Amino acid sequence: MSDFTSEFWSWFIIAISGGGIVWLFYLLRGNNKADTEQGVPTGHVWDEDLQELNNPLPRWWLYMFYFTIFFGIGYLILYPGMGSFKGVLGWSEIGEYEQEVADADAEFGPLFAKFEQTPIAELAGDTAAMNAGERLFVNYCAVCHGSDARGAAGFPNLRDNDWLYGGAPEQIEASIMQGRNGAMPAWEAPLGGSEGVDQVANYVMSIAGRDVDDDLAAAGKTKFDMFCVGCHMPDGTGNQALGAPDLTNNIWLYGGSPRTIKESIAKGRAGRMPAHSEFLGKAKSHILAAYVYSLSHESD
Amino acid sequence: MNNETMTYDYSVVRQFAIMTVVLGIVGMLVGVLIASQMAWPVLNFDTPWLSFGRLRPLHTNAVVFGFGGSALFATSYYVVQRTCHVRLFAPLLAKFTFWGWMLIIVSAVVTLPMGLTSSKEYAELEWPIDILITVVWIAYAVVFFGTIAKRRVKHIYVANWFFGAFILTVAMLHVVNSAALPVSMFKSYSVYSGVQDAMVQWWYGHNAVGFFLTAGFLGIMYYFIPKQAGRPVYSYRLSVVHFWALSFTYIWAGPHHLHYTALPDWTQSLGMVFSLILLAPSWGGMINGIMTLSGAWEKLRTDPVLKFLIVSVSFYGMSTFEGPMMAIKTVNALSHYTDWTIGHVHSGALGWVAMVSIGAMYFLIPKLFDTEMYSKKLIETHFWIATIGIVLYITSMWISGIMQGLMWRAINNDGTLTYSFVESVQAMHPFYIVRASGGLLFLTGMLIMAYNISKTIAQGKAAVATIPQPAAAH
Repeated sequence: MSDFTSEFWSWFIIAISGGGIVWLFYLLRGNNKADTEQGVPTGHVWDEDLQELNNPLPRWWLYMFYFTIFFGIGYLILYPGMGSFKGVLGWSEIGEYEQEVADADAEFGPLFAKFEQTPIAELAGDTAAMNAGERLFVNYCAVCHGSDARGAAGFPNLRDNDWLYGGAPEQIEASIMQGRNGAMPAWEAPLGGSEGVDQVANYVMSIAGRDVDDDLAAAGKTKFDMFCVGCHMPDGTGNQALGAPDLTNNIWLYGGSPRTIKESIAKGRAGRMPAHSEFLGKAKSHILAAYVYSLSHESD
Repeated sequence: MNNETMTYDYSVVRQFAIMTVVLGIVGMLVGVLIASQMAWPVLNFDTPWLSFGRLRPLHTNAVVFGFGGSALFATSYYVVQRTCHVRLFAPLLAKFTFWGWMLIIVSAVVTLPMGLTSSKEYAELEWPIDILITVVWIAYAVVFFGTIAKRRVKHIYVANWFFGAFILTVAMLHVVNSAALPVSMFKSYSVYSGVQDAMVQWWYGHNAVGFFLTAGFLGIMYYFIPKQAGRPVYSYRLSVVHFWALSFTYIWAGPHHLHYTALPDWTQSLGMVFSLILLAPSWGGMINGIMTLSGAWEKLRTDPVLKFLIVSVSFYGMSTFEGPMMAIKTVNALSHYTDWTIGHVHSGALGWVAMVSIGAMYFLIPKLFDTEMYSKKLIETHFWIATIGIVLYITSMWISGIMQGLMWRAINNDGTLTYSFVESVQAMHPFYIVRASGGLLFLTGMLIMAYNISKTIAQGKAAVATIPQPAAAH
């Protein structure tokens, strides 16, 4: 698309910018006269003793000024600048970007193609690939999952071998490429208010092996069996097809304090892992999947 | 003639001169706090109105418009009277500019920490305050140009050209950039959108530097250096050329803030070309300032006020060389978004704007209070503390900025980035401490100045200056 709505505006820009440069040139020429001498005052006096000499323009300064003007004219012939004139070099910002991407693809493409062909479990043992994987991880993933990949509240720890959507190589790769959307509904109303939430929270903590109020937990079990087993399964071990967390291993995505667990139950949670296939492409996603896989399989 | 018309009106000059020192301390104190927050984030105190994001615009507004603005009002009102040999035009309007400007600064101090912002850099204040700025500015223009109009000397002194250009251009920049549609008392949306909004913003932003922080302060330089040195301005011819070249060229330089963005290629090129052409017009001012001292160099040894003024012009020359270099696209690709930019801004803001204002205040305040400065030694101390502070500030930001730029672009032989962003943040930490120390030194200098000035005012009295007859033309 043209940068200008009509040719008029292109000529308008050329007139005022080009005209301005020409005007600067004549401003210098016009004031570089031999009519001024070194050390002679103009004769004007202000505020009792303020005076001005009329020294000529310093030579070195004048030549520097001329140089920048001629440099500017040269630049505007070579590069875009004079309205819709593209410049004789044909340079454009988008062209430079595309060239750099093409150069990088040509240089690094073969290496990444080789990585892409290697199965993930095998790639996880390849030092060169894992060095690349670590650099990709700290730049693209660490903002949420942390530089050490141990996650944060709401962002899974990737080193503990506990998986919301499965830890098999192809499942990890799918999580990276397509992203994931976790949805825990808000249960406060169906559970009959904060008392019901309290009961279910106690039950959930009990199956994780924590000390709880047994009466509350017993009441909570009835409600759990009614509302929660659909996703979290009757034994509470969760369902990776849905991304429903295992509630028995005392690993808590949003935090394990009674207060936070109650909040998760009452208000629900929405987890979102963005899809990276378009942004990173297949090869980088593949390397990252191998890197993430390696974090919990370091003894392999 | 009665007494009113035979003396200069110094009352508004005194008010602005005192507020220059007060607001300088306020603005720089906030600056030291936010610089420390960069080094030690715990200093945000988990309190929204003390957090960096809200205090940073308060810092810039307080130093640019509070400190710098007060210095410009004080000096321009003083200089225009003395070089036109007449009392200030419309003195009530001049008083209004003082109280109006103070109301604007107080509004900034209240609204910015509350998070009320238009989010335009250096133009954050919301629309009701923008309207007040416009009204005060028109009053300022009436007072200034009214005084010029009734002058008793034929030629308009060079300092007044620069003050005039500053007043007119800032009026235009402010009105155009702040044009917005209000949706409530404290919220408005810019009338521009997308890349046009960004371009208008940086057309404003760079010319706020060019006309508020350069042309206005060149006006200060053109009066106070020849006065303090007791020497004639070096070249009238040079001042004519660099005035017109500077005024024309600055207006084009804004796009260099938007290199390698969605801004069209032609706009970026023009921004870069005119930024380079701007080097010589900028240096014209430096040459005229420094060469005015030729024949009186020995005064630099003994006169600390002259030291402030001459060193300020040296920093001006340095940062107006650095600016065009950073506007070159290939250099900008490294420097943009790094601390180098922050260092560059402060070599101009501390080295040039603050130093020339401080020098002018040390000249002005004893004259306004009909006395001598309380302690010349403390001025000398202030000068050295401030200079060391600036050097620490600028050098730490150069190193940090260039390091950041190099770390961000470093790649391994497999094409991946060598460093993560947080590694570059970690590497900047020591330089942030040095920067905060530099700022603290500069603030300390301002506190010494406040002590020295308060003692000076205490020993003086409001000066009554009779207007002398203009010298007869040769």
